[in-house]
Amino acid sequence: MTGEDLQAALDGAVVNPTWLADALARVQASPAAIAGLFPAVGRHCGRGPLPDPGQELDGWTVDDAARVLLLTALPLRRTALADAAGALYRYGDAAEKRAVLRALPRLGIGNDGVELLRDAIRTNDPRLVAAALGPYASQLDDAMWRQAVLKCVFMEIPLSTVTGLTGRADGELARMLAALATERHAAGRTIPADATALLTKLTGGWPAESDHEKEAD
Amino acid sequence: MRIFDPHIHMSSRTTDDYERMAAAGVRVLLEPAFWLGQPRTSAESFCDYFDSLVGWEPFRASQFGIRHHCAIALNPKEANDARCREVLDLLPRYLAKDGVVAVGELGYDSMTPDEDEVFAAQLALAVEHELPALVHTPHRDKKRGTERTLDVVKESGIGPGRVVVDHLNEVTVAMVAGSGCWMGFSIYPGTKMSPPRMAAILREYGLARMLVNSAADWGRSDPLLTRRTGEAMLAAGFTDDDVDQVLWRNPVEFFGQSGRLDLSPVQPPEVTFADNSILRGGG
Repeated sequence: MTGEDLQAALDGAVVNPTWLADALARVQASPAAIAGLFPAVGRHCGRGPLPDPGQELDGWTVDDAARVLLLTALPLRRTALADAAGALYRYGDAAEKRAVLRALPRLGIGNDGVELLRDAIRTNDPRLVAAALGPYASQLDDAMWRQAVLKCVFMEIPLSTVTGLTGRADGELARMLAALATERHAAGRTIPADATALLTKLTGGWPAESDHEKEAD
Repeated sequence: MRIFDPHIHMSSRTTDDYERMAAAGVRVLLEPAFWLGQPRTSAESFCDYFDSLVGWEPFRASQFGIRHHCAIALNPKEANDARCREVLDLLPRYLAKDGVVAVGELGYDSMTPDEDEVFAAQLALAVEHELPALVHTPHRDKKRGTERTLDVVKESGIGPGRVVVDHLNEVTVAMVAGSGCWMGFSIYPGTKMSPPRMAAILREYGLARMLVNSAADWGRSDPLLTRRTGEAMLAAGFTDDDVDQVLWRNPVEFFGQSGRLDLSPVQPPEVTFADNSILRGGG
């Protein structure tokens, strides 16, 4: 990826564009410099939402886009690039980790970043779990992907953040959602409306009792 | 009463404490890196701890609208274990981060040559990263430890206005007052200061460059003693504005020197999301 879409989305949105241009030049000349620059992006570029993200960058912040741009500017390929992304993730705070997760499908590293996704899904941080379910989640095996979707339901992360949800959701995910709904209903609780809607879509209308319960609320 | 607790080890506290602190007026806090009780034996173990100071703890604090900042360092006690020394090489990664507003806790434990070396090296890092430094004074041989601390600070070249010397008491306050460094007091049952004694020190030495903290940790301690100190100040005749200076404006001024202090309200969506995951207790 060339990062042209990121450059366009960042145009006029960065607090200190000179800093960003300088940082890009520095990581191109000396890849190790990214260790000190990557954490500092929020302070110099801003942390607000991108003003005009388009569909591809929906939900991204300015620091997300600037960090991904820095990562894609590294003059590294494949294993070396995956290692650099891994180190930034390993030592990153939540904002840095989220940016690495968002960058993964743009790095041309095949499935070398899957372990980072798995780590993110193990966290209890909704920012990371949501970012892990972007386009790169296509690299997850089905079992892990279903667990991650179910975790979104638990954490009340909107299912609209899961890329390719309806295309990949299968009978096994429907079974897991139905079991969760049953367990919740037994305890007098519900599952989120978007999970009910997905379940209904997957099973052709079942379970009716969850709709009744919603009306009763 | 708005409170900024400039020294508290939240990793050792429960989520209930965050809730009680928020109810008592704590809006912002600083968690310095320190010893966990159980000695660590590798740098990787420190990394996991530092990660929690820039990750899990700010996230947990956000549930209750509290802004969490931290100070990062290799503490003097563990500076004596050669297996932990490579932490110094990892510090620059962490000192670059948003939530890190100081280098600390530094200082002495037993005043060994290893502690000298690590203390000086980290003051140099504070200068390099343009961060203030949080320096504690030892439990044992406190007076001599404080004198030696001030000498090392002076030799390092860091401005005294960018250093807080902590855990002071009636015996050590005067020499720090004369040094130009900030004066930190830990209101901690039994071993350190009490709220009425603190009010008396403020009466004698004034409010400038004074920081009051709970230093609550895994010991018998109380995260609400900042609030109790504010109440003791009012009972001793100080005004609401005096209390605000000591419990809010002073720490804001000191740690604001980092240029990274974030006092904006915690974003509601973060609270909502995180609340769900933490109240559920694991997901």
